[in-house]
Amino acid sequence: MTVPSRAVATLSLRAIRKVLGSNAILKGIDLEVSAGEFVVLVGPSGCGKSTLLRTIAGLETPDEGAITLGGKDVTRAEPRERDIAMVFQSYALYPHLTVRDNLAFGLRLRGESEATVKARVEEVSQMLGLGALLDRYPRDMSGGQRQRVAMGRAIARRPKLFLFDEPLSNLDAALRNQVRVEIKKLHATLDATMIYVTHDQVEAMTLADQLVVLNGGKVEQKGPPLEVYARPASRFVAGFLGSPSMNFADARVSDDGATAVAEGLRAPIDRQRFSGLERGRAVVVGIRPHDVTVRRGESSAQGYRDGAQPAEISVPVDVVEAMGFEAYAHGQVAGAAFVARVEGRPDELPRRGETLALSVEAANVHLFDPETGRSLAESKS
Amino acid sequence: MREHSRKGPWWLEPLSHFVLLLAVAFALYPVLWVVSLALDGVQRPVARAIPWPESPSLDNFRAIIFARGNTGEWLFGRQLANSILVSAATALTAIAIATPAAYALARFPSFVGAKGGTKALLATQMFPGVASAVPLYMLLDKLRLLDTRSGLVLVYATTAVPFAIFQLRGAFETIPKDLEEAAMVDGATRFQAFVKVVLPAARPALAVTALFAFMSAWNEFILAATFLSRESAFTLPVALQRHVGEYDAAWGKFAAGSIIVSVPVMALFYALQKHLVGGLTSGGVKG
Repeated sequence: MTVPSRAVATLSLRAIRKVLGSNAILKGIDLEVSAGEFVVLVGPSGCGKSTLLRTIAGLETPDEGAITLGGKDVTRAEPRERDIAMVFQSYALYPHLTVRDNLAFGLRLRGESEATVKARVEEVSQMLGLGALLDRYPRDMSGGQRQRVAMGRAIARRPKLFLFDEPLSNLDAALRNQVRVEIKKLHATLDATMIYVTHDQVEAMTLADQLVVLNGGKVEQKGPPLEVYARPASRFVAGFLGSPSMNFADARVSDDGATAVAEGLRAPIDRQRFSGLERGRAVVVGIRPHDVTVRRGESSAQGYRDGAQPAEISVPVDVVEAMGFEAYAHGQVAGAAFVARVEGRPDELPRRGETLALSVEAANVHLFDPETGRSLAESKS
Repeated sequence: MREHSRKGPWWLEPLSHFVLLLAVAFALYPVLWVVSLALDGVQRPVARAIPWPESPSLDNFRAIIFARGNTGEWLFGRQLANSILVSAATALTAIAIATPAAYALARFPSFVGAKGGTKALLATQMFPGVASAVPLYMLLDKLRLLDTRSGLVLVYATTAVPFAIFQLRGAFETIPKDLEEAAMVDGATRFQAFVKVVLPAARPALAVTALFAFMSAWNEFILAATFLSRESAFTLPVALQRHVGEYDAAWGKFAAGSIIVSVPVMALFYALQKHLVGGLTSGGVKG
């Protein structure tokens, strides 16, 4: 379907701060969103992501900082002056209006002619398959249908910028997957700038061109999602993205500087990424459950065969969760919980009480500062 | 509606219907008495188990409706108009003042004076209106508003407005903020969001509140009897009471009058019942 071109805008946030009562919600946020980009703000609840979105919408005013939309300073502008559309978590459909009038509401407020209103409603209802619902009221529709109408209302306006506030969190799992794909398609069709808030990492990973991980009112890391996943800048980001989440263990850099060691753990260090680590330095080792491989025929760290390398990790197994296509073995390494993904036929899976010998490649070992939680990798820039 | 379930023994349903019938009879029995009295030519109630008029006629209704004053004017028409005007004006005043006040209290609960003001409003609700009858009489006298409809509306509004504020504040609080914010992002000013989104969503509450204000004014007797002395200024309850004098009680006329007074309220209820059914906001947000 061809969609008429619209004014696609860039957005720029500079040192946004917001204090509510005695709580600093946003502590200096900088963000650049280029035209047509899909940015996902992700983080745990209370990290400030919704407040940031509401600040962009104009529903909250920042205490400090500046917001520029399409080159125009809108820091103090009313929501209606910003020409943005927002899809609310609750959908916020007008209960006394039919779907048709819900879609037309914003257009009529902006004084569009009835002919334009009719054409746009028609266009949007075709795009989202709302034709049969146009004369219904929100109360007569399912959650999925309401969600669609909420998106349609945003699209009909042809705004400069789309904001989504956890739009899928009230849908059931199957519908969520379906709508997620639709949003991705919609972004491609509309070629619009979109900012999307979620706490769901699957949505974050799959939708984003640029992922912004927020924590405690600050940007922890931003970048393309796969890059953020592969090279987390902090222990927080590393633990937040990925399921099950990354394993962490306190360790020390060995005397030769080649491994990080702890009880049951000897993790190889990629010395190019982590250069200049002092010998004996305390580090936090991070290893994803999916990045380990089981060394068959070995039952413990000591029992390696002639010529083989010693196992990098040995995990006494407490619990095994078999998922059918894979299994998660839970145990303890260096006093902290450790989860390993293992594959194999049911009779090959480790059992409770066994010690699992695992190996990990240096490229998949992440090191963090125990004090600050920041990654010890040399930053590229 | 819950699905009709067939659980329990067979006699449960007939029994529950029987109990309900008894309850209805208990509630309606006095009403039936009033109807029978109104339709009876006899002015004095006779104790009977079954309320049925001895000599059915519409004389009582005629006497009430076509009553004429000393000057020959049509009293009932005047009094009915008084009641309607006073009650409607009270309802309108209450809604007009209470709606913005309640919205402000619901959405900006921390503005200066919000707490103290709310408490003061609550305090006015704690005293019966009669308690202030004497000072109000003096005030109205000074303002030359005794025996006038506007004076009565003013007095009724003083109790109707605080009550309406509390009712509507509760209603506005149940309307999700998201709706207004969506409207504001869609291009509305706050006032437009209020008028185009919040007010329609609050329609059931507005209807109920207006109905309450109307009914309390319609039924009010003591203050009206205190402030009105001309027959042509009477509201219907005051006029009605005059049929039950100290020495002579025309119970038949009184009963007929009661029915006539009740009819408009019942009609209003009937007309507004679709608004009285809650849940108009359902479906707007979440599920």
